[in-house]
Amino acid sequence: MTERKGAARRAREDDRQGNPKAGEEGKEKQMIVQFFFYLFAALLLISGLLVITLRNPVHAVLFLILAFFNGAGLFLLAGAEFLAMILLVVYVGAVLVLFLFIIMMLDIDFAELRAGFTRVLPLGLLVGGVLVAELVMVFLAWQPSPMAEKLRMAATPEGVNNTEALGRILYTDHVFFFQAAGMILLVAMIGAIVLSLHHRRDVKRQDVAKQVARRREEGVRLVDVKPGEGL
Amino acid sequence: MSLWDTALMLLWIAFKSVLLLVILLVALAMLIYVDRKVWAAVQMRRGPNVVGPFGLLQSFADLIKFVLKEVVVPDATNKGLFIAAPLITTILALSTWAVIPTNAGWAIADINVGILYLFAISSLMVYGTIIGGWASNSKYPFLAALRESAQMISYEVSIGFVIITVLLVAGSLNLSEIVLAQNSGLGTALGLPNSFLDWYWLPLLPMFVIFFISALAETQRPPFDLIEAESELVAGHMVEYSSTPYLLFMLGEYVAITLMCAMMTILFLGGWLPIIDIPPFNWIPGVVWFTLKALLIFFMFALVKAFVPRYRFDQLMRLGWKVFLPISLFYVVLVAGVLVAFDLAP
Repeated sequence: MTERKGAARRAREDDRQGNPKAGEEGKEKQMIVQFFFYLFAALLLISGLLVITLRNPVHAVLFLILAFFNGAGLFLLAGAEFLAMILLVVYVGAVLVLFLFIIMMLDIDFAELRAGFTRVLPLGLLVGGVLVAELVMVFLAWQPSPMAEKLRMAATPEGVNNTEALGRILYTDHVFFFQAAGMILLVAMIGAIVLSLHHRRDVKRQDVAKQVARRREEGVRLVDVKPGEGL
Repeated sequence: MSLWDTALMLLWIAFKSVLLLVILLVALAMLIYVDRKVWAAVQMRRGPNVVGPFGLLQSFADLIKFVLKEVVVPDATNKGLFIAAPLITTILALSTWAVIPTNAGWAIADINVGILYLFAISSLMVYGTIIGGWASNSKYPFLAALRESAQMISYEVSIGFVIITVLLVAGSLNLSEIVLAQNSGLGTALGLPNSFLDWYWLPLLPMFVIFFISALAETQRPPFDLIEAESELVAGHMVEYSSTPYLLFMLGEYVAITLMCAMMTILFLGGWLPIIDIPPFNWIPGVVWFTLKALLIFFMFALVKAFVPRYRFDQLMRLGWKVFLPISLFYVVLVAGVLVAFDLAP
């Protein structure tokens, strides 16, 4: 895994520096990069397809993980190592774990699911048809500007690595949008907590501060027990 | 010429990887021995002392025992995933060592986002557990897997914030550059030579403590080894495992522990930098310093295992979410504020 990444990285760095001695060598490395691009892309498509066709939802989520992995690989090939790692940390490392949690704990009755299939089929076909139509229209009308092509080739300014470039744009040019997004997430989080939080009176709760603050005098009582009487 | 070069380069990388792997695995066998010896010494026992001189070969004997046993795959398990889970754990754990610089320029892959790579891979380790628990198709492994993944996810949050504070001070995601950034700091500001006072453990002491405790929780070391609470959950997600697959799980866990030691060494203890940069000390090669520092951390891990009683699950969650998260979040803001206010940001 790391070997592959290493090779791809070096190839990319040579590309970016416009290595002068790289005539044949550059072509060679270009070929390796292309090979890995098609490998990742093919695996991404196959696992994406398996996600929606597999019967067992746990297997489907595992293939979704594979799809994200390949997506991260494509990001690496494109020179966006920060995005690749964040994709792994956030989606694979956190979001999909929660997915797995939920799916593993659900008690899914497949027969019932299939019984409902014919009932919702017309609606599904309608939604799918609209989506396909929209996609076709977009692709027919879409013309990438020649500027965009150039921008894509020079993803980051000279001498600035990917992470730094992204940080500069995010935290200087678009800082308000960034903060607005943060606020929205915070509100969503507080909303979720408020919805799920309810203090039940009849449940005994533990108060750690109270436990720590407890003194000996409150808990221990010295009693002079007389023989043969008890307390 | 070029094809030959590429092949040669790949071979060279493969050779380095295998070398690292061999060193790592032998070191691991010794670490397990150290772990047991420290534990035994605290409890005034002898510990392993039969196989080889001073029992040094105990881990190798254990290895042979595990490998020679029969692999039992229970009938009702999900066979493919059942076998895949320990492999995932071990491979992920081993792949993290590719980016660890044990000396100046000694990392196999000295990538720009090294620390993010480590964080990403160590957050993926949870899959080995959760898949193993689920594929066993048995109640106890499944419950344990759920508990363990909840634990790992919780403590990754505070580990993430600790890493962010270090990144703010160091100004780089590259592990070698983080180490080199610790070459000067508090000590040199006072006019002393480059020494251990410059490393980040001093200015970021609360973060160092939080990282240490979170690392214990993240790797399921005692006092947070709830999944192996024998009285409650038998042996965690590994109940149904035997022989080599079980060994692979244990191996993955121990590699994760060494990784945490290495990460603490790099982030807080100045990596391969000598303790004081004056003659008798800076003659010693960097890799020796790195090993000594990592061993120090591991010794602390072993001591904690020996004399801290196990936490309860709700206490564990409380510590992670209600104590560490606010403190580390506050410290991120504080460090960022100080860096900007005094114009210290790199």
